[in-house]
Amino acid sequence: MELWFTEKHTDHVRFSIQVDRQLYSGQSEFQRIDIFDSPEFGRFLTLDGYMMLTEKDEFIYHEMIVHVPMAVHPAAKKVLVIGGGDGGAVRELTRYPGIEQIDLVEIDPQVVDVCKKYLPQTAGKLDDRRVRIFYEDGLKYVRAEEDAYDLIIVDSTDPFGPGEGLFTREFYGNCFKALKADGLMVNQHESPFYPVDAEAMQRAHKRIVESFPISRVYQAHIPTYPSGHWLFGFASKKYHPVRDFDPQAWLALGLKTRYYNPKLHVGAFALPNYVNALLEEEEKG
Amino acid sequence: MLEALQRYKSMRVVPFDVPGHKRGRGNRELTDFLGEKCLTVDVNSMKPLDNLCHPVSVIKDAEALAAEAFGAEHAFFMVNGTTSAVQSMVLSVCKRGDKIIMPRNVHRSAINALILSGAIPVYVNPGMNRELGISLGMSLDDVARAIAENPDAKAVLVNNPTYYGICSDLKAITDMAHAHGMRVLVDEAHGTHFYFGAHLPLTAMAAGADMAAVSMHKSGGSLTQSSLLLISNGMSEGYVRQIINLTQTTSGSYLLISSLDISRRNLALRGQDIFQKVSNMAEYARAEINRIGGYYAFSKELVNGDTVFDFDVTKLSVHTRDIGLAGIEVYDLLRDEYDIQIEFGDIGNILAYISIGDRRLDLERLVSALSEIKRRYMKDKAGMLSQEYIRPQVEMAPQTAFYSESESVPLDGSIGRICSEFVMCYPPGIPILAPGEKVTPQVLEYIHYAKEKGCFLTGTQDSQVNRLQVIREG
Repeated sequence: MELWFTEKHTDHVRFSIQVDRQLYSGQSEFQRIDIFDSPEFGRFLTLDGYMMLTEKDEFIYHEMIVHVPMAVHPAAKKVLVIGGGDGGAVRELTRYPGIEQIDLVEIDPQVVDVCKKYLPQTAGKLDDRRVRIFYEDGLKYVRAEEDAYDLIIVDSTDPFGPGEGLFTREFYGNCFKALKADGLMVNQHESPFYPVDAEAMQRAHKRIVESFPISRVYQAHIPTYPSGHWLFGFASKKYHPVRDFDPQAWLALGLKTRYYNPKLHVGAFALPNYVNALLEEEEKG
Repeated sequence: MLEALQRYKSMRVVPFDVPGHKRGRGNRELTDFLGEKCLTVDVNSMKPLDNLCHPVSVIKDAEALAAEAFGAEHAFFMVNGTTSAVQSMVLSVCKRGDKIIMPRNVHRSAINALILSGAIPVYVNPGMNRELGISLGMSLDDVARAIAENPDAKAVLVNNPTYYGICSDLKAITDMAHAHGMRVLVDEAHGTHFYFGAHLPLTAMAAGADMAAVSMHKSGGSLTQSSLLLISNGMSEGYVRQIINLTQTTSGSYLLISSLDISRRNLALRGQDIFQKVSNMAEYARAEINRIGGYYAFSKELVNGDTVFDFDVTKLSVHTRDIGLAGIEVYDLLRDEYDIQIEFGDIGNILAYISIGDRRLDLERLVSALSEIKRRYMKDKAGMLSQEYIRPQVEMAPQTAFYSESESVPLDGSIGRICSEFVMCYPPGIPILAPGEKVTPQVLEYIHYAKEKGCFLTGTQDSQVNRLQVIREG
């Protein structure tokens, strides 16, 4: 018997992982949630049939979405994570002793419950005393905040379904308002490769550029996401992601990482020409 | 209707009749765009499917079900929009020279009906909320005065509700008109849901009115352009049908007809639940918008027992002037900057149409976008025109004016002249000037301001609205 999980990366491209067994399947108010065990990638989480994370490669995504901004703004004390109910971004954040408060805003409590039960690897730090969890629409939560956070991490699903509102101009504008004068925001920025993802990526970039004075994009290699080539957005009121980055200060923290390092930090902002071209198209206005 | 169409489809009849696309086969591009299912029921009137102009079988049955659902003696399926339903109401009760009492803030379709019929309007100036700059309902005293001064009037026309969701005291107006032998016609273009929701304003049929034009395609969920005309109190079904057939197409679309029947069924079965959800969504959005500050999303607190006798809580109207922006400017910003399309923006307000198709996350987007617009664009409100209701100076009956010899003059050269055409912002389609009304400096100032703020002005022969048709003098 062979059991396979298959996700359509495009209408004509499929990505499959052999499954050992399915551990959980449930329908929440917002989405279908599934957990599988696989021989190659370990345990993995899917929402509405889309791959969210696997135990084997989640470190890449979570290290890149957290350490890049933290290395640019090491004084950050108050951090807001929007989405990210799996707890992976929170886990990386809790490694910084300087952070005093981590607010996680996740729309779907069932995702958090399921991850706590089946994915302790990512959800294990959600009980850290600095973490507060709000089960709310991220767009609504951030609307009420002003000059409140040093860092906002937008760890969203895709720009359709419950995460839709997190790819809009009103959301990025509200994030700008919620950040302090030297605050910054990073976001899951989709992929430049397949046209559908690339369009979402361009739209997100356009809206961020309109909302923040500094807006750059960096990349990582994530095997289980469509095309494997994934982007993050770095939007900031004051700090430049490379010029204001102090590698020595970050190294002095002594954090052990498997993907991220200061050289890679700088390199991640060097993008392929075709990606630059896609981004520049949106920057012209 | 659904069953009849499905039965017809399953018979696989060979079509040697119109429409010429023959179930879509003759127009591949259109079929690909709209879908085969849609094209296969775009068919012609025929015995198994009845005929809208003279229903004797399935359409007749479907109309009877609609009448029952709406509490009317008879319901007509309308496929030329609620505009045609409103016109049919007026044409059914007014002949040339007959008087009809109506508020001036009616939709253009009502005044169009006056041009067609030659009826003479007796305008009741609606109440006005100066702070919000919106026209309200008719005051009972004003209607009483109009009736006393025009005892020969044939009918009273009432909006239930206005575009903004404001209702007059329909029951009292109806009783008063009936006591004076006048018919009561109700424009319920924005009130379909009143018939099905709990705790919503009184409906025309429940108030005892004689006729009502109901836009099923607005809150009722049917296809655009489909509508209902309801009659009661022994109005002659046969005569009203003749009136409808004067202007309605003889090729009634089965897409529209079936959408009316399917929507009626949905409303009858689930309407109460649907409109409870819609009300809850509107209330939620109102509370969130009011929490932003600067905006005022108004509701039942406006009720004053007279010109605001009741308020339709499913309407999400927001006053924007206090953030220094005209409603139309907020309307444009929402679309251009935030990809959000709302129903309309006028000088001082916007209206977002909330329906069962809305999701909570879309409401969050709307509220957040409004919050952003305030943060980014708020300015001093000095110099902003408050939208006043401008009392029309009616010099001539609309039909006489429309058919009089006229000439085109530049807008600014039109002061003091009698206009022979409409000028209105669309939406909402309530005329600023109607045929037969005098052009005053106040009217011109309003037109200029509306143009400057980006309102879409319509109604004139000149597409740019730089010139106006006025009645030739001397």
